[in-house]
Amino acid sequence: MMLRIDALRAIYPGLERRIVVTIMGAVSAELQSLGHRPGFFYLLHSMGLASSMGLGISLLRPELQVVVLDGDGSILMNLGALTTMARYRPRNLVHVVFDNESLLSVGGFPTATATGTDIAGMAAAAGIPRTSTVRTVAEFTAAFEEALRANELTTLVAKVEAKGPRSFLTDLPMLENRFQFQRHLRDVRAGRG
Amino acid sequence: MEQRPPKPQAGVFHEDVEAVMPVSVKNSQLIYEALKACGITLVSALPETWLVHLIQMAEDDPQMILVRLAKEEEGVGISAGAHLAGAKSAMLLQNHGFLQSVNGIVSLARLYRIPLLMLISYRGELGEPDPWQTEGGGVTEPVLRALDIPYERLEEPAHVAHRIKKAQTLAESSLKPVALLLTRDLMWEE
Repeated sequence: MMLRIDALRAIYPGLERRIVVTIMGAVSAELQSLGHRPGFFYLLHSMGLASSMGLGISLLRPELQVVVLDGDGSILMNLGALTTMARYRPRNLVHVVFDNESLLSVGGFPTATATGTDIAGMAAAAGIPRTSTVRTVAEFTAAFEEALRANELTTLVAKVEAKGPRSFLTDLPMLENRFQFQRHLRDVRAGRG
Repeated sequence: MEQRPPKPQAGVFHEDVEAVMPVSVKNSQLIYEALKACGITLVSALPETWLVHLIQMAEDDPQMILVRLAKEEEGVGISAGAHLAGAKSAMLLQNHGFLQSVNGIVSLARLYRIPLLMLISYRGELGEPDPWQTEGGGVTEPVLRALDIPYERLEEPAHVAHRIKKAQTLAESSLKPVALLLTRDLMWEE
């Protein structure tokens, strides 16, 4: 099975120019370890709301391509978000779910995906037009690039190992990230991004 | 925006509600116009009786993005995204939906300094006939105070425009949540 850091490294060049909203914990720390960009926002709490934030941005800024890097524990806390995303179906939103079947950052307790809950299946049943589950870096990279080209709302579930970095703390303060991200969204509108 | 939700079939539900539930159209209009005057371009909402006209006004307005939610806390995320993306938004929710959203309000809106304008229908106060609404009525203001969220009650039609403008101004300047309580006297015509 793939490591999330390898999956992130594989798609990193495609993320650099896009608006990215991540969840807390390993996803945030690993993406920052590859290189922070002003268009990356790391939601370090509020589990479940990264997808809702991505939906808000994508509805208001249809000219931008938005990528949400979600996790199984987070989306399981906000399953209604799948139905809301499906209802409005923004074409500029790619929703990636790293599924390690675990609440890794709070001790590695198994989530319901460890006992068979199928997030891509739930997303499809909610009405999200493109969904798939991938298990290798090669499959993930291909599916992610296809999702960016598809011009249609996609939930892409990447099964990854329950392994992450030693620490989830980074040297980027939350509010610095928040204001930099907001300025970036303003500047790309003004054509300065 | 790519897609709007399906319109209610021939407005059947809407008309039914109007016939049996005397929610004030006039005061809903006042509230909606005040939101428009503040430059609100996105409204998230979880449908409830007192909000029926407000939600319909947002639905019918081609300049407004209406996001119908499955659960209210989603609206905190959507408003946070909207703010960072450069737009003004508001949440329309019942007080029980506010209680449901507390973690998002604390660990997104407050933690990340997001202005959040919440219009909360205030069920369970004096005059409430539905037993199931009464517990939420009693704890709404204590929870707002515990969360240090500035709020005002909207009771008089004459106060609506001014108080909504003031709430929006404080939310934007403080970068924090601010709430307005839509009371029975304003919303209900009995």
